[in-house]
Amino acid sequence: MTGPVLEMRSIGKTFPGVRALADVTLTVRRGEVHALCGENGAGKSTLMKVLSGVHPHGGYEGEILFEGDPCRFRDIRASERRGIVIIHQELALVPYLSIAENIFLGNERATRGVVSWNETLKEATRLMRRVGLDEHPQTRVADIGVGKQQLVEIAKALSKEVKLLVLDEPTAALNDEDSAQLIDLILELKEQGITSIIISHKLGEIRRVADAVTILRDGRTIETLDVADPATTEDRIISGMIGRDLDHRFPDRTPYGGEPGTAPALEIRDWTVFHPIDRQRKVVDGVSLSVRRGEIVGIAGLMGAGRTELAMSVFGRSYGRYGGGTVLKDGEAIRTRSVPEAVAHGIAYVTEDRKHYGLNLLDTIGRNISLSALGRVARRGVVDAHEERRVAEGFRTSMNIKAPTVFEPVGRLSGGNQQKVVLSKWIFAGPDVLILDEPTRGIDVGAKYEIYTVIDRLAAEGKAVIVISSELPELLGMCDRIYTMAAGRLTGEVPRSEATQDVLMRHMTREDARENDHER
Amino acid sequence: MSADVTTEKPVARAPGGAVAPLLDGMRRNMRQYGMLIALGVIVALFAVWTGGDLLLPRNVSNLVLQNSYILILAIGMMIVIVAGHIDLSVGSITAFVGGVAAVFMVQYDLPWPVAVLLCLAIGAVAGAAQGYLIAYAGMPSFIVTLAGMLVFRGLTEVFLKGQTLGPFPEDLQQLANGFLPEVGPTTNYHNLTLLLGFLLIGVVIRQEVRNRRRQSEYALDVPPAGLFAVKLAALTASILIFTMLLASYKGAPVVLLILAALLVGFGFLMRNAVIGRHVYAIGGNLPAAKLSGVRDKKVTFLVFLNMGMLAALAGLVFAARFNAASPKAGLNFELEAIAAAFIGGASMSGGVGTVLGAIIGGLVLGVLNNGMNLVGIGSDFQQVIKGLVLLAAVGFDVWNKRRVGA
Repeated sequence: MTGPVLEMRSIGKTFPGVRALADVTLTVRRGEVHALCGENGAGKSTLMKVLSGVHPHGGYEGEILFEGDPCRFRDIRASERRGIVIIHQELALVPYLSIAENIFLGNERATRGVVSWNETLKEATRLMRRVGLDEHPQTRVADIGVGKQQLVEIAKALSKEVKLLVLDEPTAALNDEDSAQLIDLILELKEQGITSIIISHKLGEIRRVADAVTILRDGRTIETLDVADPATTEDRIISGMIGRDLDHRFPDRTPYGGEPGTAPALEIRDWTVFHPIDRQRKVVDGVSLSVRRGEIVGIAGLMGAGRTELAMSVFGRSYGRYGGGTVLKDGEAIRTRSVPEAVAHGIAYVTEDRKHYGLNLLDTIGRNISLSALGRVARRGVVDAHEERRVAEGFRTSMNIKAPTVFEPVGRLSGGNQQKVVLSKWIFAGPDVLILDEPTRGIDVGAKYEIYTVIDRLAAEGKAVIVISSELPELLGMCDRIYTMAAGRLTGEVPRSEATQDVLMRHMTREDARENDHER
Repeated sequence: MSADVTTEKPVARAPGGAVAPLLDGMRRNMRQYGMLIALGVIVALFAVWTGGDLLLPRNVSNLVLQNSYILILAIGMMIVIVAGHIDLSVGSITAFVGGVAAVFMVQYDLPWPVAVLLCLAIGAVAGAAQGYLIAYAGMPSFIVTLAGMLVFRGLTEVFLKGQTLGPFPEDLQQLANGFLPEVGPTTNYHNLTLLLGFLLIGVVIRQEVRNRRRQSEYALDVPPAGLFAVKLAALTASILIFTMLLASYKGAPVVLLILAALLVGFGFLMRNAVIGRHVYAIGGNLPAAKLSGVRDKKVTFLVFLNMGMLAALAGLVFAARFNAASPKAGLNFELEAIAAAFIGGASMSGGVGTVLGAIIGGLVLGVLNNGMNLVGIGSDFQQVIKGLVLLAAVGFDVWNKRRVGA
């Protein structure tokens, strides 16, 4: 390992109203794997967008030196010409083109504008062998799994003679097996002299693959640690990321088991859902669970466990094909065949993907809040704009939504404030049962605490709350009871007193559930 | 990970203290103010170029009559586009209903009110049929209405057997060409028109004042009194000038009242009614609207039903204006209406646009047509210029969006 291949000095970046990066420094040595750590919103992705020219030169402060030369990238092509390739979390592949076509997309093997298919296939096969992708190069990308798609992305990067490979949470969507394979590949590329920057939340993974780790927090560099140094423990990295003790991440909560003898506010019995396209596949398989008034119940599970699918299916059959099961509200069976029916029965579902399923980003804060219960600010089909504005102002204050007015388009707010708008919207609908799907995804620590406080308050007001989350500490910190799911099945129910990360993880990875999945 | 802007910091408040709410409003409605100014500039330009002919009372009256059917279509088209769809069939439905109206009234001698109601119902059914396929069968609106465009054009030929059919009863012609009746003492002006103009000024001022008072009651920011007065004065002056122009000729055209009713009615519906909100919601983010309990299919269906009905109304007005139904009526009307909507601020991806915007867009096109005719620009170059204006308007949009970093 020699001198630095990349130096980013005093990088600053401001978005309208938000300082995303301030004085960030990152030094990557030649031939190493450098991990970039930080909470959501710490500025990792923004930093990488600055590096790759997505945010072009002139839009940020500071300077970038690559192989000793100052760089002023105007766009992604400019940075790729220098051998810097970024693989985004959301893969940039065209599903209906073949693997070979995708590898050479924008970089076609062609002479005078005419593609040479022989050359394309030959080169693609060579690159695919190099990344260990065992498929025919003419297979459509849509027909292979996410893990293999990730490999296609890396092959694509290799085709551009990459010197510095940036991977943005490459294993977030992969199962353990695929993740391990990917990690091995990164180490193999390192042997071949390719430097990598890997953004990851998984500390174990960082320990395995990285030589150095740089921690970002609130848009600033906190420190760079040598992974080989015994002082670099996971706790050390976590406290660097969070910047305070782990103790006060959640509001104090007295565990609550609900009034004995009363029927649960919501009970789901034997709920089964089939996949919308693959119609034989059970995405949710006979799940039963319940939640009482005043109780916060968590659902833990890995990606693909069927948690979101369960929630959306119960909420007006918004996902997949119904395969059986009943919903009981306060002990009585109810119909939730459509969203309006579910809402009428006092059920609210706050989506995990607020940008695509939760908000109309074009519209104002006020109109987003009122949308699901317009009737409450309307008389005989006519909206009372003044009343609507008053309601919105009320939520802006009580939920601490940071915006100058309620006329601000939601698209301009930060993730945390957008989440507060989605929550306001469903609180305004006046539900008895709230299903919150990843309520703190993509928002920073401060806003998280505020969201937790709101959830706590809702439960204290006697609402039944179901929290779906991939962050186990969040479930452990918030919930009175936690269900676990794996491969569409309920695999455990753990009271707060017995819940630890280990216990939950064991239930979430139960082999019997997985085997069932493989059978089909 | 697109959530890279998550640091919680308050967004800077617009500077300028008391003026801030007004500036804020201007910024939010930049597009509409921009178009209004552009309309003003175009009017002024042609007024000078034509040596004042553009603003002669007779010509202003003509402007309204000539553009009425496009404006009617533009209102419906704007709603369709806000919902995230497109309707290519309106020109053909216009012709079709004109033909049906002629058959009813000329061949079968049906009384005109009955025929008009039947025609509107037929338009609604045509729109509903397309709406059903789009909303419930899930077919793309572009394809469904492209098919509709061919089908209804063909049916028009069948109905009219390729012939032009007329004339229409006197009363129906009044619908498109008539003016309000003259009443009261003889003045140099049309009394009823003046009266309506003054009434309108009164209503507008009352609404603005009431609105302002209610905003204060809710402890919301209001523009300072001085600026408010300027705004009222400007509104009053423009209504007054328009009224005087019309009143010094034959008075307000009947079709202007129809247009005004549509503008106020649909403007209110889109801005203040629950269903209007739902149209914006499904156009802005369909999955989010569905998960918010919006009955998206029903709303989409109704939007197309309404478009069909408005196309029928446009067809009646058009047929009545030329006192004949022709198989070639309404050619390219769909494109004019779509252009009007986009010039007036609609967004290709849906969720954005206002009824007033559609009217402004339609007027921009109308004044361009009329002005270019007056100064003798050939129809060839007229098309070129209209195309460039559409490009410029949408280009301004794109530039403006990038500027504010949305």
